[in-house]
Amino acid sequence: MPRPGFVLEVDRSTPPALIWHGEGFRLERLPAERSRIVYAPEPLAPLPDPDAAIRAALLNPLGDRPPLPELLRPGMRLTIAFDDLSLPLPPMRRPDNRQRVIEAVLDLAADAGVDDVVLIAALGLHRRMTEAELRHALGDRVYDAFAPSGKLLQHDAEDPKGLVMLGKTDLGEDVEVNRRVAESDLLVYVNINLVAMDGGHKSTSTGLMSYKSVRHHHNVRTLQHSRSLMDRPHSELHSSAWRIGRLLNQHVKVFQIETTLNNDAFGSQLAFLQKREWEWGLRDRASFMAASRGVELLSPRARRSLFQSVLAPHQMTSVHAGEVEVVHEATIANLHRQQVVDVEGQSDVVIFGLPHVGPYNVGSIMNPLLVMCLGLGYFFNMYIGKPLVRPGGVVILSHPTPWAFHPVHHPSYIDFFEEVLASTTDPAEIEKTYEERFATDDWYRHLYRTSYAYHGVHPFYMWYWGAHALEHASSTVIVGGNRRAVRRMGFRPASTLADALEMAEDQVGRDPTITYFRCPPLMLARVE
Amino acid sequence: MKALQVEHSLARFAAARIASGWKAGAGGRVGPLRLVDADPPALPGPGWQRLSPRLSGICGSDLATVDGRSSRWFEPLVSFPFVPGHEVVADTADGRRAVVEPVLGCEARGIDPPCASCAAGRRRQCTNLTGGHLAPGLQTGYCRDTGGGWSHSFVAHESQLHFVPEGMPDEAAVLVEPAACAVHAALSAPACGAGPGDEPVAVVIGAGTLGLCVVAALARWREDVTRVIAVAKYPHQRELATKLGATSVASPSEVRRAVRRATGSWMLDNGQLSGGAPLVIDCAGTADSLAAALAVALPGGYLVLTGMPGQTNTDLTPLWQREVHLVGSYTYGPEPAVGGRHSFDLAFELAEAARLERLVSATYPLERSAEAVEHAASAGRRGAVKVAFDMRGEPRRLSYLQAPGLPGGGSGEVLGESPERLPASGEAG
Repeated sequence: MPRPGFVLEVDRSTPPALIWHGEGFRLERLPAERSRIVYAPEPLAPLPDPDAAIRAALLNPLGDRPPLPELLRPGMRLTIAFDDLSLPLPPMRRPDNRQRVIEAVLDLAADAGVDDVVLIAALGLHRRMTEAELRHALGDRVYDAFAPSGKLLQHDAEDPKGLVMLGKTDLGEDVEVNRRVAESDLLVYVNINLVAMDGGHKSTSTGLMSYKSVRHHHNVRTLQHSRSLMDRPHSELHSSAWRIGRLLNQHVKVFQIETTLNNDAFGSQLAFLQKREWEWGLRDRASFMAASRGVELLSPRARRSLFQSVLAPHQMTSVHAGEVEVVHEATIANLHRQQVVDVEGQSDVVIFGLPHVGPYNVGSIMNPLLVMCLGLGYFFNMYIGKPLVRPGGVVILSHPTPWAFHPVHHPSYIDFFEEVLASTTDPAEIEKTYEERFATDDWYRHLYRTSYAYHGVHPFYMWYWGAHALEHASSTVIVGGNRRAVRRMGFRPASTLADALEMAEDQVGRDPTITYFRCPPLMLARVE
Repeated sequence: MKALQVEHSLARFAAARIASGWKAGAGGRVGPLRLVDADPPALPGPGWQRLSPRLSGICGSDLATVDGRSSRWFEPLVSFPFVPGHEVVADTADGRRAVVEPVLGCEARGIDPPCASCAAGRRRQCTNLTGGHLAPGLQTGYCRDTGGGWSHSFVAHESQLHFVPEGMPDEAAVLVEPAACAVHAALSAPACGAGPGDEPVAVVIGAGTLGLCVVAALARWREDVTRVIAVAKYPHQRELATKLGATSVASPSEVRRAVRRATGSWMLDNGQLSGGAPLVIDCAGTADSLAAALAVALPGGYLVLTGMPGQTNTDLTPLWQREVHLVGSYTYGPEPAVGGRHSFDLAFELAEAARLERLVSATYPLERSAEAVEHAASAGRRGAVKVAFDMRGEPRRLSYLQAPGLPGGGSGEVLGESPERLPASGEAG
């Protein structure tokens, strides 16, 4: 029986805590009597037979959807859309959930004599996936059956011929969707719900729509009023996505399939990352020493390659299919079962150790904007109720934050960093002054459509993702980061955690209370 | 009188070249520049006046001379020994303040009729720079007969004088000469945005005195230019460029991307742009700046070279393939683009409007020339822009200003650096 997450009050006997630091780790002793560490629940047991569970879900859907075979008929146009490479993290060992689910759907479609089947990677404004990434997500059998005949597509949010305007929501939000989706008799959407933000109508209203639609929920106002991003009923981003998704559902029949994973993110060699420090055995200590020292000997590039090659052993814990909203409720319940940790009250300071990978640097570089997004966008928002840190408190991030960008994946990020942040870090000002120019830049558009670049507007979303945290906290300190890069973002650099805590005292007073959110493994703090 | 004099000593030029390879400005200590007690120059003829300098700036071309790095092109166009200093605000004998337009054309040389260029007002293109009653010298500050601003007395022809308006600080006036160069550079290329799809963007490479003045001049007189991208290395340069009118400021490593963004170009795999800026002004004159300028110039665009270049090793393929117009911009004259007004008149206007006095970061007495030269050579890194010699604190030898003949006095002996360290007003760094 896996143990639930819990909060450890730090005393003098508490061993140093492991803190992620990009492609490396730190062991830090936290101040006794005023610090606490939030530990994630242990990984849930996976479904014993995921393929059988998938089949059962397809035949016993939730909500008002009939079993999938009843929706399939010869001559119909069937489109299967699936989450892109931003999920899961780290990428999972084969077979990926998407492969299992899509193979099951294709089996049923073949049984029903459906010939017109197209697969679409729901990229939204993310970069296109490479062949290797598609093969990893879908499996070789699916890839080889669809890619050569041009029936494996990647959503293009900038293809004027490939988009259809379905109308506007009651609040005037444009709903412009992938043409193939709009003209399909059935859309099957295959999801991996890694965190509570994912899934539901957000899958389609982000992954299969154009910038014209996405901008309605990806903006400073919605992000500042999403408290949190991981708590849909209190997220303005999701409210907008839900309105858009509901309008899509009026035009297109959507059959949603959502899966969850346990939080077993690291294999046996890195098992110490999953364990609480006082439970480390000799082998864990040896692994930690070997990993830490070994990493130090590598060049940044080799370090990155090594960490990016790590595949997670996480496994499927649930699968639900049917009507979007009902399915998503069931999914979120399962996700909460794995991730929720109850935490009492807020602290003056919160510490997040940021790992090597986030949603937008799979196979890539964690550039400073992605550090900001992962720390202030994702980790800060991993709460239900209230943030872990009080209003006016201090956020401490630990990451090397290199002034480095992947020129192919993140071209507009470079310009955002060089031009936009050099003039202002205010999200509202940035949105007003710069967003449209970047979003409509021909070169970025070309690279997004034909190369492997994120959309020109994407770095803006990274910044907006942190807008709530920027408004809530009085300052952000980054430990061990490139000082110029940290300052460019308006944050304060610190050499050590002790320095960072001292700097925090300038803002919140002496002897502040501290919460260390020891993530990953993934978890969601329910703060009373 | 005291003066800083450049001697024709090959050994000292060689020593300066070697020393400056180790540290820019080191030529001020071991090179051809010496503080001397010399006779003031005689008045060469009618129309000449004696002047008493107040401030005299240290320019990039002066630094190249002191560091032994000037192009050999200038060899027949200078006469030794000469006193540098062509950026100068000085008092005339009748107590008026003037700045000097230093080019020594036909009129100053007593050549009548003048060459076609001088007759047309383009003294900068004079074909008689070695003729007439003066020794060779393309400008005051490079001619042994006139002296220069780095002294307590020099001579200038009345046609060279531009009187300083009342109320203008000396620190602004001393920048009128470089500002006039900047004005001329800014007006040297035709209007931008004439071609279909051309974005009216100008790029100014270098943010020293000249670059900053070019930015200010573009902002003031080039209405066709809607965006000015200044390329600056240091924070104070970025700040000044913005205050003087740059729309955006980029570091040298960022300039291609900045131009791409401003012009809507595409960037090819090797970082080369599909388009570029129709007007690029290189105020640095180095191989790197020229390469950077070529990399961001629009096909068919204009690259104005106003920073004094030397020998450079630059790939000119883009100049050829993209039919970029390479335009040299030297000194000043009537500006057809502004109704034929003279660059100096425009420069006075600019100096006042843009408050150019803020560019003078430090001044030194002549006795501290080595420090002054080192400071000027590392101005950017040390947070400075213009470094100048300040003669205002020195007792004036009024006798020099009286007689048209030559007073006695100086022996021309080389003086050591004064053991008494005089405070430098407003010295920075």
